[in-house]
Amino acid sequence: MAMHDAQPRALALVLVIGLAGLAVFPIFGADEKFYMQFLAKVMVMAIFAMSLDLLIGYGGLVSLGHAMYFGLAGYTLMSLTPEYEGASLWISLAAALGVCALAALVVGLLVLRTSGIYFIMVTLAFAQMAYYVVHDSKYLGGSDGKYVYVKPVLSFFGWQPFSLDKLAAFYYVILGTLAGVYFLLRLLLASPFGHVLVGIKANEHRMRSLGFPTFSYKLVAFVIAGVLAGLAGYLAAALDGLVNPELLSWHQSGQALMMVILGGMGTPAGPILGAGALKLLELLLTSWTKHWQLLLGLFIVLVVLVFPNGLASLFGKRKRGGAEHG
Amino acid sequence: MAEAAALSVEGLVRNFGGLAAVGGVSLEARTGMLHAVIGPNGAGKTTLINLLSGDLPPSAGKISLYGTDITGLPSYRVSQLGVGRSYQKTNVFLGFTAFENCRLAAQSRLPSSMRFVRRALAYADVNRAAERSLAATGLEARSGELASALSHGEQRQLEIAMTLATSPRVLLLDEPLAGMGAEESSSMVELLKTLRSGHAMLLVEHDMDAVFALADRLTVMVNGQVLASGAPAEIRANPAVQEAYLGEDEPGG
Repeated sequence: MAMHDAQPRALALVLVIGLAGLAVFPIFGADEKFYMQFLAKVMVMAIFAMSLDLLIGYGGLVSLGHAMYFGLAGYTLMSLTPEYEGASLWISLAAALGVCALAALVVGLLVLRTSGIYFIMVTLAFAQMAYYVVHDSKYLGGSDGKYVYVKPVLSFFGWQPFSLDKLAAFYYVILGTLAGVYFLLRLLLASPFGHVLVGIKANEHRMRSLGFPTFSYKLVAFVIAGVLAGLAGYLAAALDGLVNPELLSWHQSGQALMMVILGGMGTPAGPILGAGALKLLELLLTSWTKHWQLLLGLFIVLVVLVFPNGLASLFGKRKRGGAEHG
Repeated sequence: MAEAAALSVEGLVRNFGGLAAVGGVSLEARTGMLHAVIGPNGAGKTTLINLLSGDLPPSAGKISLYGTDITGLPSYRVSQLGVGRSYQKTNVFLGFTAFENCRLAAQSRLPSSMRFVRRALAYADVNRAAERSLAATGLEARSGELASALSHGEQRQLEIAMTLATSPRVLLLDEPLAGMGAEESSSMVELLKTLRSGHAMLLVEHDMDAVFALADRLTVMVNGQVLASGAPAEIRANPAVQEAYLGEDEPGG
């Protein structure tokens, strides 16, 4: 069996405990709006980081423009939200994901012709183009961005089970989405498609000579990753109630990249750990000192030096298969 | 038994700048026969294989597979049409087990791998093809080992096993004996003998003992050109070949 099917038991345990903790938090911390909002944001970033890990950790495609899809989805929601009522969740979500799929398809067709450092540069270039279009567009609110005044409305044929205005309800929607994306990715990675993707990362040339049209597989992965990033961006815009160009900025792409590296590339749970660690540390350090970015940077350097496979490697080796020499 | 040409090459040319690495090569590979290509280093043998496998597009000439023109097709198309190749430098997935290397190769024979839900390991036909190719190369006991933990000789066998897992009709083998010890070499020669039936084989090899033990037909290349082509006995007796190649000291593998 290939290593990417393996999930160390300790890591699975940490994941289950973590999810359980997140699930019970609103019961005990119902009054802690700040922390609930904070955790909801962490989960959104975890979804975003997982989508990037599909490209980096499995496809070997280091994108530095992944925030483009995150931001585009948010802006789509903003554009579809009237001033005094909520947009339909289904319609606005479908539109946001559709926009991201289309953007990722067009960008992917162009950038996937390059590789390595050039791939990093052209993904960044496309994201920067999108950033400046949004930044300089009056209709989209320019550099200040715009409010999403009312949260999207979730309704099944007129029946509304709950309102996303209630933070606790929204929190559980995000938690459910996080779990859903995690299992979706695990399913995807265990499928023939996932095995092809991992093969491409290991040796694209050999994959072609074995009969795989690698470009098509990379393009499909790029679109899936773009759509999942869009899902995260949609939730972020709805949760915060505003969008601004920073959502598409290279800082945002870089932050997801750091989460992936910190947590462990190519592990399904790594980006979740990375998002949690980075955001938690940021919270602790900002309350302690204004030089928090310096300390955060030092921490990341330290983790990368000590655990080159990320925090996920703390919970067991991720490579499976007999290692004895013969 | 020789049949019609499986792979036929006419006037194949590949220029690198001003240099004709392959300068008008014509040859054939027939099912059930092994056609060996020999020649000194830099003769253009590996370039020839790269042209036939679609890794490189030719500058001129024509490649036909069972009468169908496949010139200039990308390597994945050539592979899908039934041409398998192995590499001179071991080109296996070191981080995967031997089984997964072959399983992934066999998976390429699914009509498409754009399948997202069912587990890859649940495709029984693919698993069986992988197991068959491991068994054919004598690696079944090493199935669960990471490719990086295999010995050099075993990695060379795995290289062939992966190629076999794609169920090719034509085999292009680029120095399968490279870097092997005497014992490993002789077991590889035995393996190649078993593959002759059912495959059209084109073998590039420096080990002359192996070449003369295996080849039904020989082509000698020098400086991108075919110097001579014929049955092994004819080639051995050819004075031009003796002068250009066979008489010299062997460049040891």
